[in-house]
Amino acid sequence: MAKNLVHEFTKGIIKENPVLRLMLGTCATLAVTTAASNAIGMGLATTFVLVCSNAAISLLKKVIPDKVRIPAYITIIAGFVTIVQLLVKAFQPSLDKALGVFLPLIVVNCIILGRAEMYASKNRVLPSIVDGLGMGVGFTAALLAMGIIRELLGAGTVFGLPVLSGFMDPIIIFLLPPGGFFVFGILVAIAGKLSEEGKAPETMGCASCPLASSCSKLQEARKKEGVES
Amino acid sequence: MDLKFLVGIFLAAILTENYILNKFLGICPFLGVSKKLNTAVGMSCAVTAVMVIATAVTWPVYTYVLVPNDLSYLQTIVFILIIAALVQLLEIILRKYMPPLYNALGIYLPLITTNCAVLGVTMLVLEKGAADPNFGYVASLVNAFGAGIGFLVAMVLFAGVRERLELCDIPKFLRGLPITLIAASLVAVSFLGFNGIVDRLTA
Repeated sequence: MAKNLVHEFTKGIIKENPVLRLMLGTCATLAVTTAASNAIGMGLATTFVLVCSNAAISLLKKVIPDKVRIPAYITIIAGFVTIVQLLVKAFQPSLDKALGVFLPLIVVNCIILGRAEMYASKNRVLPSIVDGLGMGVGFTAALLAMGIIRELLGAGTVFGLPVLSGFMDPIIIFLLPPGGFFVFGILVAIAGKLSEEGKAPETMGCASCPLASSCSKLQEARKKEGVES
Repeated sequence: MDLKFLVGIFLAAILTENYILNKFLGICPFLGVSKKLNTAVGMSCAVTAVMVIATAVTWPVYTYVLVPNDLSYLQTIVFILIIAALVQLLEIILRKYMPPLYNALGIYLPLITTNCAVLGVTMLVLEKGAADPNFGYVASLVNAFGAGIGFLVAMVLFAGVRERLELCDIPKFLRGLPITLIAASLVAVSFLGFNGIVDRLTA
Protein backbone atom coordinates (compact mmCIF):
# COMPACT_ATOMS: atom_id res chain seq x y z
CA MET A 1 0.00 0.00 0.00
CA ALA A 2 2.68 2.47 1.03
CA LYS A 3 4.79 1.50 -1.95
CA ASN A 4 1.84 2.03 -4.26
CA LEU A 5 1.26 5.46 -2.79
CA VAL A 6 4.89 6.38 -3.34
CA HIS A 7 4.50 5.28 -6.95
CA GLU A 8 1.31 7.34 -7.36
CA PHE A 9 3.18 10.33 -6.03
CA THR A 10 6.38 10.04 -8.05
CA LYS A 11 4.86 9.18 -11.41
CA GLY A 12 3.53 12.71 -11.78
CA ILE A 13 6.94 14.28 -11.40
CA ILE A 14 8.77 13.06 -14.51
CA LYS A 15 7.32 9.98 -16.14
CA GLU A 16 3.77 11.27 -16.39
CA ASN A 17 4.55 14.90 -15.81
CA PRO A 18 1.24 16.60 -16.61
CA VAL A 19 2.78 19.52 -18.47
CA LEU A 20 5.83 18.10 -20.19
CA ARG A 21 4.60 14.58 -20.95
CA LEU A 22 0.80 14.63 -20.97
CA MET A 23 0.51 18.12 -22.47
CA LEU A 24 -2.16 19.26 -20.06
CA GLY A 25 -2.57 22.79 -18.76
CA THR A 26 -0.39 24.34 -21.44
CA CYS A 27 -2.16 27.71 -21.41
CA ALA A 28 -1.34 28.45 -17.79
CA THR A 29 2.17 27.10 -18.22
CA LEU A 30 2.97 29.44 -21.07
CA ALA A 31 1.23 32.48 -19.69
CA VAL A 32 2.35 32.81 -16.08
CA THR A 33 5.97 31.69 -16.33
CA THR A 34 7.46 35.11 -16.99
CA ALA A 35 8.80 35.09 -13.42
CA ALA A 36 9.75 32.25 -11.09
CA SER A 37 7.63 33.58 -8.21
CA ASN A 38 4.48 33.66 -10.39
CA ALA A 39 5.20 30.10 -11.46
CA ILE A 40 5.32 28.92 -7.83
CA GLY A 41 2.15 30.81 -6.94
CA MET A 42 0.26 29.33 -9.89
CA GLY A 43 1.65 25.87 -9.16
CA LEU A 44 0.57 25.94 -5.53
CA ALA A 45 -2.89 27.30 -6.33
CA THR A 46 -3.43 24.57 -8.91
CA THR A 47 -2.10 21.88 -6.56
CA PHE A 48 -4.56 22.95 -3.89
CA VAL A 49 -7.49 22.77 -6.29
CA LEU A 50 -6.25 19.48 -7.71
CA VAL A 51 -5.95 17.77 -4.31
CA CYS A 52 -9.29 19.08 -3.03
CA SER A 53 -11.23 18.27 -6.19
CA ASN A 54 -9.65 14.82 -6.49
CA ALA A 55 -10.67 14.09 -2.89
CA ALA A 56 -14.21 15.42 -3.33
CA ILE A 57 -14.80 13.64 -6.63
CA SER A 58 -13.42 10.39 -5.31
CA LEU A 59 -15.80 10.62 -2.35
CA LEU A 60 -18.76 11.43 -4.58
CA LYS A 61 -18.00 9.01 -7.39
CA LYS A 62 -20.92 6.73 -6.49
CA VAL A 63 -23.38 9.62 -6.07
CA ILE A 64 -22.73 11.39 -9.38
CA PRO A 65 -24.68 9.84 -12.27
CA ASP A 66 -22.50 8.95 -15.19
CA LYS A 67 -24.41 11.10 -17.68
CA VAL A 68 -23.89 14.42 -15.93
CA ARG A 69 -20.48 13.70 -14.50
CA ILE A 70 -18.56 16.31 -16.52
CA PRO A 71 -20.80 19.25 -15.48
CA ALA A 72 -20.76 17.92 -11.90
CA TYR A 73 -16.96 17.77 -11.90
CA ILE A 74 -16.72 21.25 -13.38
CA THR A 75 -19.00 22.63 -10.66
CA ILE A 76 -16.94 21.01 -7.89
CA ILE A 77 -13.71 22.29 -9.41
CA ALA A 78 -15.17 25.78 -9.89
CA GLY A 79 -16.10 25.83 -6.21
CA PHE A 80 -12.54 25.12 -5.11
CA VAL A 81 -11.17 27.62 -7.63
CA THR A 82 -13.39 30.31 -6.12
CA ILE A 83 -11.99 29.47 -2.67
CA VAL A 84 -8.44 29.84 -4.00
CA GLN A 85 -9.33 33.09 -5.75
CA LEU A 86 -10.67 34.60 -2.53
CA LEU A 87 -7.68 33.36 -0.49
CA VAL A 88 -5.11 34.71 -2.94
CA LYS A 89 -6.94 38.03 -3.22
CA ALA A 90 -6.97 38.36 0.57
CA PHE A 91 -3.44 37.25 1.43
CA GLN A 92 -1.36 37.73 -1.74
CA PRO A 93 -2.84 40.69 -3.65
CA SER A 94 0.33 41.16 -5.71
CA LEU A 95 0.18 37.54 -6.90
CA ASP A 96 -3.50 38.05 -7.73
CA LYS A 97 -2.53 40.97 -9.97
CA ALA A 98 0.30 39.04 -11.63
CA LEU A 99 -1.80 35.97 -12.43
CA GLY A 100 -4.84 38.01 -13.46
CA VAL A 101 -7.41 36.08 -15.44
CA PHE A 102 -5.37 32.88 -15.23
CA LEU A 103 -6.32 32.37 -11.60
CA PRO A 104 -10.03 31.82 -12.36
CA LEU A 105 -8.98 29.94 -15.48
CA ILE A 106 -7.63 27.13 -13.28
CA VAL A 107 -11.19 25.86 -13.60
CA VAL A 108 -10.64 24.94 -17.25
CA ASN A 109 -7.11 23.65 -16.68
CA CYS A 110 -7.30 20.22 -18.29
CA ILE A 111 -5.01 18.73 -15.64
CA ILE A 112 -7.74 18.95 -13.02
CA LEU A 113 -10.63 17.69 -15.12
CA GLY A 114 -8.30 15.12 -16.65
CA ARG A 115 -7.25 13.68 -13.29
CA ALA A 116 -10.87 13.73 -12.09
CA GLU A 117 -11.97 11.76 -15.13
CA MET A 118 -8.96 9.45 -15.45
CA TYR A 119 -8.11 8.81 -11.81
CA ALA A 120 -10.31 10.17 -9.03
CA SER A 121 -13.55 8.81 -10.50
CA LYS A 122 -12.14 5.29 -10.43
CA ASN A 123 -9.99 5.19 -7.30
CA ARG A 124 -10.35 5.51 -3.55
CA VAL A 125 -9.88 8.71 -1.63
CA LEU A 126 -6.34 8.31 -0.31
CA PRO A 127 -4.70 7.31 -3.62
CA SER A 128 -6.67 10.10 -5.33
CA ILE A 129 -5.29 12.68 -2.91
CA VAL A 130 -1.75 11.36 -3.39
CA ASP A 131 -2.24 11.35 -7.17
CA GLY A 132 -3.42 14.96 -7.02
CA LEU A 133 -0.45 15.90 -4.87
CA GLY A 134 2.03 14.21 -7.21
CA MET A 135 0.51 15.78 -10.31
CA GLY A 136 0.46 19.15 -8.56
CA VAL A 137 4.13 18.86 -7.63
CA GLY A 138 4.98 17.84 -11.20
CA PHE A 139 3.01 20.81 -12.53
CA THR A 140 4.72 23.18 -10.10
CA ALA A 141 8.15 21.77 -10.95
CA ALA A 142 7.61 22.21 -14.68
CA LEU A 143 6.30 25.74 -14.17
CA LEU A 144 9.20 26.58 -11.89
CA ALA A 145 11.78 25.29 -14.40
CA MET A 146 10.20 27.38 -17.14
CA GLY A 147 9.84 30.39 -14.88
CA ILE A 148 13.49 30.28 -13.82
CA ILE A 149 14.76 29.88 -17.39
CA ARG A 150 12.58 32.67 -18.78
CA GLU A 151 13.27 35.05 -15.90
CA LEU A 152 17.01 34.37 -15.98
CA LEU A 153 17.38 34.88 -19.72
CA GLY A 154 14.70 37.51 -20.15
CA ALA A 155 15.33 39.74 -17.16
CA GLY A 156 18.65 38.51 -15.76
CA THR A 157 17.11 37.77 -12.35
CA VAL A 158 15.87 34.74 -10.42
CA PHE A 159 13.07 35.35 -7.89
CA GLY A 160 13.77 39.05 -8.41
CA LEU A 161 17.45 38.79 -7.39
CA PRO A 162 19.90 39.99 -10.03
CA VAL A 163 22.10 37.13 -11.23
CA LEU A 164 23.32 38.06 -14.66
CA SER A 165 23.89 41.78 -14.13
CA GLY A 166 27.21 42.82 -15.69
CA PHE A 167 27.69 39.37 -17.16
CA MET A 168 25.29 39.54 -20.07
CA ASP A 169 22.38 41.66 -21.21
CA PRO A 170 18.88 40.22 -20.71
CA ILE A 171 17.24 38.86 -23.85
CA ILE A 172 13.81 40.41 -23.58
CA ILE A 173 12.13 38.12 -26.10
CA PHE A 174 12.19 35.32 -23.53
CA LEU A 175 9.64 37.28 -21.49
CA LEU A 176 7.42 37.80 -24.55
CA PRO A 177 5.03 35.14 -25.89
CA PRO A 178 7.47 33.70 -28.52
CA GLY A 179 10.03 32.97 -25.80
CA GLY A 180 7.38 31.06 -23.87
CA PHE A 181 6.63 28.77 -26.81
CA PHE A 182 10.34 28.28 -27.49
CA VAL A 183 11.40 27.40 -23.94
CA PHE A 184 8.39 25.10 -23.62
CA GLY A 185 9.30 23.28 -26.84
CA ILE A 186 12.86 22.71 -25.66
CA LEU A 187 11.71 21.50 -22.23
CA VAL A 188 9.25 19.05 -23.80
CA ALA A 189 12.04 17.68 -25.96
CA ILE A 190 14.30 17.25 -22.91
CA ALA A 191 11.58 15.60 -20.83
CA GLY A 192 10.85 13.21 -23.70
CA LYS A 193 14.52 12.36 -23.94
CA LEU A 194 14.83 11.81 -20.19
CA SER A 195 11.79 9.64 -19.65
CA GLU A 196 12.03 7.40 -22.69
CA GLU A 197 15.46 7.16 -24.18
CA GLY A 198 15.30 6.96 -27.95
CA LYS A 199 11.53 7.02 -28.33
CA ALA A 200 10.13 10.12 -29.97
CA PRO A 201 8.07 12.27 -27.63
CA GLU A 202 4.32 11.82 -27.81
CA THR A 203 2.97 13.88 -30.63
CA MET A 204 -0.16 15.31 -29.12
CA GLY A 205 -2.14 14.97 -25.94
CA CYS A 206 -5.56 15.09 -27.55
CA ALA A 207 -5.99 11.51 -26.33
CA SER A 208 -5.40 12.61 -22.76
CA CYS A 209 -8.06 15.29 -22.99
CA PRO A 210 -10.96 14.35 -20.70
CA LEU A 211 -13.41 14.84 -23.52
CA ALA A 212 -11.48 12.81 -26.05
CA SER A 213 -13.65 9.75 -25.56
CA SER A 214 -16.91 11.56 -26.23
CA CYS A 215 -15.26 13.47 -29.03
CA SER A 216 -13.99 10.40 -30.85
CA LYS A 217 -17.30 8.64 -30.22
CA LEU A 218 -19.06 11.48 -31.98
CA GLN A 219 -16.63 11.22 -34.82
CA GLU A 220 -17.30 7.51 -35.19
CA ALA A 221 -21.05 8.08 -35.04
CA ARG A 222 -20.69 10.66 -37.74
CA LYS A 223 -18.79 8.27 -39.95
CA LYS A 224 -21.45 5.60 -39.45
CA GLU A 225 -24.23 8.01 -40.31
CA GLY A 226 -22.31 9.00 -43.40
CA VAL A 227 -22.04 5.39 -44.48
CA GLU A 228 -25.72 4.68 -43.89
CA SER A 229 -27.03 7.76 -45.59
CA MET B 1 -21.11 54.49 -30.08
CA ASP B 2 -18.14 55.49 -32.21
CA LEU B 3 -17.60 53.18 -35.17
CA LYS B 4 -13.87 53.88 -35.19
CA PHE B 5 -13.67 52.76 -31.58
CA LEU B 6 -15.38 49.46 -32.44
CA VAL B 7 -13.17 48.84 -35.48
CA GLY B 8 -10.15 49.50 -33.29
CA ILE B 9 -11.35 46.94 -30.73
CA PHE B 10 -12.02 44.41 -33.49
CA LEU B 11 -8.61 44.78 -35.12
CA ALA B 12 -6.79 44.84 -31.78
CA ALA B 13 -8.48 41.57 -30.79
CA ILE B 14 -7.26 39.95 -34.00
CA LEU B 15 -3.75 41.32 -34.32
CA THR B 16 -2.18 42.76 -31.19
CA GLU B 17 -4.16 40.88 -28.57
CA ASN B 18 -4.38 37.61 -30.45
CA TYR B 19 -5.81 35.14 -27.96
CA ILE B 20 -3.54 32.27 -28.92
CA LEU B 21 -0.27 33.91 -29.83
CA ASN B 22 -0.31 36.78 -27.40
CA LYS B 23 -2.50 35.81 -24.46
CA PHE B 24 -1.90 32.06 -24.48
CA LEU B 25 -5.58 31.19 -24.32
CA GLY B 26 -6.83 28.14 -26.18
CA ILE B 27 -3.45 26.50 -26.68
CA CYS B 28 -4.88 22.96 -26.49
CA PRO B 29 -7.00 23.21 -29.66
CA PHE B 30 -4.25 25.27 -31.26
CA LEU B 31 -1.84 22.35 -30.93
CA GLY B 32 -4.43 19.61 -31.16
CA VAL B 33 -6.58 20.35 -34.20
CA SER B 34 -4.32 22.55 -36.31
CA LYS B 35 -2.91 19.62 -38.23
CA LYS B 36 -5.31 19.96 -41.13
CA LEU B 37 -6.72 23.10 -42.61
CA ASN B 38 -10.38 22.07 -42.71
CA THR B 39 -10.52 20.89 -39.08
CA ALA B 40 -8.73 24.06 -38.03
CA VAL B 41 -11.36 26.19 -39.78
CA GLY B 42 -14.26 24.13 -38.36
CA MET B 43 -12.97 24.36 -34.83
CA SER B 44 -12.34 28.10 -35.10
CA CYS B 45 -15.85 28.79 -36.42
CA ALA B 46 -17.37 26.83 -33.55
CA VAL B 47 -15.17 28.69 -31.05
CA THR B 48 -16.09 32.07 -32.55
CA ALA B 49 -19.81 31.29 -32.35
CA VAL B 50 -19.59 30.10 -28.75
CA MET B 51 -17.44 33.09 -27.75
CA VAL B 52 -19.95 35.62 -29.07
CA ILE B 53 -23.00 33.82 -27.65
CA ALA B 54 -21.30 33.24 -24.29
CA THR B 55 -20.32 36.90 -24.01
CA ALA B 56 -23.83 37.94 -25.03
CA VAL B 57 -25.21 35.96 -22.09
CA THR B 58 -22.56 36.35 -19.38
CA TRP B 59 -22.21 40.13 -19.73
CA PRO B 60 -25.83 40.95 -18.74
CA VAL B 61 -25.85 38.20 -16.12
CA TYR B 62 -22.75 39.65 -14.46
CA THR B 63 -23.77 43.30 -14.77
CA TYR B 64 -27.46 43.03 -13.90
CA VAL B 65 -27.65 39.97 -11.64
CA LEU B 66 -24.34 39.28 -9.92
CA VAL B 67 -23.06 42.81 -9.27
CA PRO B 68 -26.29 44.35 -7.86
CA ASN B 69 -26.66 41.37 -5.51
CA ASP B 70 -23.03 41.54 -4.36
CA LEU B 71 -22.34 38.09 -5.77
CA SER B 72 -19.49 38.94 -8.13
CA TYR B 73 -17.25 36.39 -6.41
CA LEU B 74 -19.47 33.69 -7.93
CA GLN B 75 -18.32 34.79 -11.39
CA THR B 76 -16.17 31.72 -12.07
CA ILE B 77 -18.82 29.13 -11.16
CA VAL B 78 -21.68 30.95 -12.87
CA PHE B 79 -19.74 31.61 -16.07
CA ILE B 80 -18.46 28.07 -16.52
CA LEU B 81 -21.94 26.68 -15.94
CA ILE B 82 -23.46 29.14 -18.41
CA ILE B 83 -20.87 28.17 -21.01
CA ALA B 84 -21.40 24.45 -20.43
CA ALA B 85 -25.18 24.86 -20.72
CA LEU B 86 -24.87 27.04 -23.83
CA VAL B 87 -22.64 24.55 -25.56
CA GLN B 88 -25.12 21.77 -24.84
CA LEU B 89 -28.02 23.90 -26.03
CA LEU B 90 -26.20 24.90 -29.19
CA GLU B 91 -25.43 21.28 -29.91
CA ILE B 92 -29.09 20.26 -29.51
CA ILE B 93 -30.38 23.15 -31.64
CA LEU B 94 -27.86 22.53 -34.39
CA ARG B 95 -28.59 18.82 -34.45
CA LYS B 96 -32.34 19.43 -34.67
CA TYR B 97 -32.59 22.35 -37.08
CA MET B 98 -29.31 22.57 -38.96
CA PRO B 99 -27.99 19.06 -39.55
CA PRO B 100 -25.44 20.10 -42.22
CA LEU B 101 -23.92 22.66 -39.89
CA TYR B 102 -24.04 20.17 -37.04
CA ASN B 103 -22.16 17.65 -39.14
CA ALA B 104 -19.52 20.25 -39.88
CA LEU B 105 -19.09 21.77 -36.41
CA GLY B 106 -20.81 19.40 -33.99
CA ILE B 107 -17.80 17.30 -33.16
CA TYR B 108 -15.89 20.32 -31.91
CA LEU B 109 -18.60 21.52 -29.57
CA PRO B 110 -17.95 19.20 -26.60
CA LEU B 111 -14.30 20.25 -26.64
CA ILE B 112 -15.21 23.90 -26.35
CA THR B 113 -16.68 23.77 -22.84
CA THR B 114 -13.22 23.40 -21.38
CA ASN B 115 -11.57 25.76 -23.83
CA CYS B 116 -9.98 28.48 -21.76
CA ALA B 117 -10.29 31.01 -24.59
CA VAL B 118 -14.09 31.08 -24.20
CA LEU B 119 -14.08 31.55 -20.42
CA GLY B 120 -11.14 33.91 -20.84
CA VAL B 121 -12.90 36.22 -23.28
CA THR B 122 -16.03 36.51 -21.10
CA MET B 123 -13.88 37.54 -18.14
CA LEU B 124 -11.45 39.78 -19.98
CA VAL B 125 -14.18 41.90 -21.58
CA LEU B 126 -15.60 42.55 -18.11
CA GLU B 127 -12.14 43.55 -16.90
CA LYS B 128 -11.83 45.97 -19.81
CA GLY B 129 -15.31 47.27 -19.14
CA ALA B 130 -14.35 47.99 -15.53
CA ALA B 131 -11.28 49.93 -16.66
CA ASP B 132 -12.99 51.94 -19.40
CA PRO B 133 -16.62 53.11 -19.04
CA ASN B 134 -16.91 53.43 -22.85
CA PHE B 135 -16.39 49.69 -23.16
CA GLY B 136 -20.00 48.54 -22.94
CA TYR B 137 -22.10 45.64 -24.15
CA VAL B 138 -21.64 46.25 -27.89
CA ALA B 139 -17.90 46.74 -27.51
CA SER B 140 -17.71 43.48 -25.54
CA LEU B 141 -19.52 41.60 -28.29
CA VAL B 142 -17.24 43.10 -30.94
CA ASN B 143 -14.23 42.15 -28.85
CA ALA B 144 -15.48 38.57 -28.49
CA PHE B 145 -16.10 38.31 -32.23
CA GLY B 146 -12.65 39.72 -32.96
CA ALA B 147 -11.09 37.28 -30.53
CA GLY B 148 -12.78 34.43 -32.40
CA ILE B 149 -11.58 35.73 -35.78
CA GLY B 150 -8.09 36.14 -34.32
CA PHE B 151 -8.30 32.52 -33.20
CA LEU B 152 -9.26 31.56 -36.77
CA VAL B 153 -6.39 33.55 -38.26
CA ALA B 154 -3.82 31.97 -35.96
CA MET B 155 -5.21 28.46 -36.52
CA VAL B 156 -5.25 28.79 -40.31
CA LEU B 157 -1.76 30.28 -40.46
CA PHE B 158 -0.43 27.60 -38.19
CA ALA B 159 -2.14 24.78 -40.08
CA GLY B 160 -0.23 25.93 -43.15
CA VAL B 161 3.04 25.96 -41.21
CA ARG B 162 2.39 22.46 -39.91
CA GLU B 163 1.61 21.07 -43.34
CA ARG B 164 5.04 22.32 -44.38
CA LEU B 165 6.63 20.80 -41.27
CA GLU B 166 5.38 17.34 -42.24
CA LEU B 167 7.76 17.35 -45.19
CA CYS B 168 10.83 18.50 -43.30
CA ASP B 169 13.71 16.47 -42.00
CA ILE B 170 13.60 17.26 -38.30
CA PRO B 171 16.26 16.25 -35.73
CA LYS B 172 14.99 13.18 -33.94
CA PHE B 173 14.58 14.54 -30.46
CA LEU B 174 12.61 17.55 -31.68
CA ARG B 175 10.12 15.52 -33.67
CA GLY B 176 6.45 15.85 -32.82
CA LEU B 177 5.41 18.41 -30.29
CA PRO B 178 8.74 20.20 -29.60
CA ILE B 179 9.17 21.34 -33.20
CA THR B 180 5.52 22.34 -33.31
CA LEU B 181 6.04 24.58 -30.29
CA ILE B 182 9.17 26.11 -31.79
CA ALA B 183 7.25 26.79 -35.01
CA ALA B 184 4.50 28.39 -32.91
CA SER B 185 7.17 30.57 -31.33
CA LEU B 186 8.23 31.85 -34.76
CA VAL B 187 4.61 32.55 -35.75
CA ALA B 188 4.25 34.47 -32.46
CA VAL B 189 7.35 36.53 -33.32
CA SER B 190 5.67 37.64 -36.54
CA PHE B 191 2.60 38.73 -34.59
CA LEU B 192 4.80 40.87 -32.33
CA GLY B 193 5.33 42.99 -35.42
CA PHE B 194 1.74 44.22 -35.18
CA ASN B 195 2.41 45.97 -31.86
CA GLY B 196 1.13 49.51 -31.94
CA ILE B 197 -0.34 49.25 -35.42
CA VAL B 198 -3.96 49.45 -34.27
CA ASP B 199 -3.41 52.51 -32.09
CA ARG B 200 -1.89 54.28 -35.07
CA LEU B 201 -4.69 53.24 -37.40
CA THR B 202 -7.51 54.42 -35.17
CA ALA B 203 -5.79 57.41 -33.55
